[in-house]
Amino acid sequence: MNDMKEVERDAAAGDIKIQARGVQVFYGDTHAIKDVSVDILDKTVTAFIGPSGCGKSTFLRCLNRMNDTIDIARVRGDIHIDGDDIHDPSIDPVQLRAKVGMVFQKPNPFPKSIYDNIAYGPRIHGLAATKTELDEIVERSLRRGAIWDEVKDRLHEPGTGLSGGQQQRLCIARAVATEPEVLLMDEPCSALDPIATAQVEDLIDELRRNYSVVIVTHSMQQAARVSQKTAFFHLGNLVEYRETGQIFTNPEDPRTESYITGRIG
Amino acid sequence: MADVTAGSDPNPKTGSTGDVVRASLARRNRKQTILQVLGLGAISFAFLMLFILIASLVSTGYQAFTQTHITLEVFIDPEEVPLERLPRGGFDDVLDASLAAMLEGVDPNDRATMRALGNLLSNGAQFKLRDRVVEDPDLVGQTVTIAVPVSDPYDQLNKGLIDRETPEQYRRLKDFEIAWFDQLTASDAISEPLNIGLISNPDSRFPELAGLKGALIGSFWALLVCFLISFPLGIGAAIYLEEFAPKNKFSDFVEVNINNLAAVPSVVFGLLALAVFIGWFGLPRSAPFVGGMTLALMTMPTIIIATRAALKAVPPSIREAALGVGASKHQVVFGHVLPLAMPGILTGTIIGLAQALGETAPLLLIGMNAFITSAPSGPFDSATALPTQIFIWADSPERGFVSRTSAAILVLLGFLITMNAVSIFLRNKFERSW
Repeated sequence: MNDMKEVERDAAAGDIKIQARGVQVFYGDTHAIKDVSVDILDKTVTAFIGPSGCGKSTFLRCLNRMNDTIDIARVRGDIHIDGDDIHDPSIDPVQLRAKVGMVFQKPNPFPKSIYDNIAYGPRIHGLAATKTELDEIVERSLRRGAIWDEVKDRLHEPGTGLSGGQQQRLCIARAVATEPEVLLMDEPCSALDPIATAQVEDLIDELRRNYSVVIVTHSMQQAARVSQKTAFFHLGNLVEYRETGQIFTNPEDPRTESYITGRIG
Repeated sequence: MADVTAGSDPNPKTGSTGDVVRASLARRNRKQTILQVLGLGAISFAFLMLFILIASLVSTGYQAFTQTHITLEVFIDPEEVPLERLPRGGFDDVLDASLAAMLEGVDPNDRATMRALGNLLSNGAQFKLRDRVVEDPDLVGQTVTIAVPVSDPYDQLNKGLIDRETPEQYRRLKDFEIAWFDQLTASDAISEPLNIGLISNPDSRFPELAGLKGALIGSFWALLVCFLISFPLGIGAAIYLEEFAPKNKFSDFVEVNINNLAAVPSVVFGLLALAVFIGWFGLPRSAPFVGGMTLALMTMPTIIIATRAALKAVPPSIREAALGVGASKHQVVFGHVLPLAMPGILTGTIIGLAQALGETAPLLLIGMNAFITSAPSGPFDSATALPTQIFIWADSPERGFVSRTSAAILVLLGFLITMNAVSIFLRNKFERSW
């Protein structure tokens, strides 16, 4: 495992990509997110940590309006990406999700060929005019997903036949195929073994060059390894949001300290 | 089951956890054994009943799969069958004459004997000969060899269903008639080939001529119409309800009523069809088109329920994956969810259609139990269907219809088994893992 990359941390790397103000989420009568305001930077990996049920995944799903698909979920507050209100009536969630890609907890490739898994997004958005262009997008995405060398000879075999770690990298490649600007990752390594986890983590670090990456993780070591900024959520509140190094070495809030030292969570 | 008591007693004197578990182990194993025995018993009982059903059908029905024929050397007498009057002519007379020639002691001029002799041949025999001669008029004046079906009583006699020990006055065939038949048997004129007529003939008053052609074609048209209406409508309704409809009181109301619709007795649908399709719309009676629409009313709830279950069974991760790359709702449904649900939908549809194939009551009410002696040439012609044909035959008094009823049931069961096998095949072929 790589050690904490404190040296590389350059929080000044990005401008503000996502600006959330006073976000509240209700699931029926449950108040899942309580008044969260946060600025997420461009070309930065931001980690959301916190105990189970603290709302970190729920907040992540607000950023590409995935909560819209849950009938009982209601979202309040303002979220701006590049200054545009994502809840503006003129913004279609489909358009938003093309710009904000997502990788899920469990690898979920489509039951189609590896090629079609990657090509699906570009196809529905009309990003490739010709077959050659589509082939290029597929190759570029698979290379970015660090899985090209493993699958280049079997692009037309089903994506579901890959191993768990390969499937997750395929899903990451699928998410970057539509050239999003933000990549949301909801515990992308929780179903993977340590070797696959290391591969995905290296990939996340690589992706930071082009994207604003937001990752939800259960593992504090992972947050420490891959992120530059860390947000700690507890019981629906954003308790602390700072440089990753500071949060782990010098937490301000007693709840953060309890969590990272293993007393709660 | 939370009836494991191990560790619930805080007093350690009662023994270790191991002892407590061991004490309850025998009881738990006994419960499992009883459950297995009951399950096996239920399955054996079901199989026994199925076996009895099939065995009784086969034991009465197998005789309908052959038909007794008699091979005659018929001289086409130009006096009885003049060339210029074709297709009319005394074909029955030339047949009777050739029959009389084969038998000893039959006087062709004794009209009473000749009438009795004529009853040996099926009423369809003369038409079979006629068709042959009309096709080739050169045969007039020549002798042709032709195998024609015998009438039902002689068919029964040949198959051993008429007891020769019965006193003559209670028997359908008199002693001299049996003697004739024995003479013909001795001269190798009697044969018992496969009864192709059972499939290729339409219905008839005479059991030896009655076949399922009209019913098969009628059922085919009815099922086709039923499928074309219920499949798209059912899937459309299910997709809307499952994927697009807002979850509110109204959609709950619709859902409850679709389930109610699936439970409505089929005879009620028949009455509805009679009133609406035939009464208001003035569609023809006895038509497979109307039958198909009626069956579609019944099949649609089944398809809706099966489709919704299949759509629900598609894991949410696939929907999220598609939404996550920016697919719109309809792209998610038609590009991902529907293809994955297809095996389940097809299975439900085929089971629904198999139910429709066997449905009788609504077809009786719209007149598909009429006596129709020609096969329909389209969905608007009068026709019967397989189950109503079984109903008609079961109701007919002639002895020959007993075995034909069983044979028709076997044909119907054959189609049902085939359809269910196809549904299993499709499910296995298209099932994809994720």
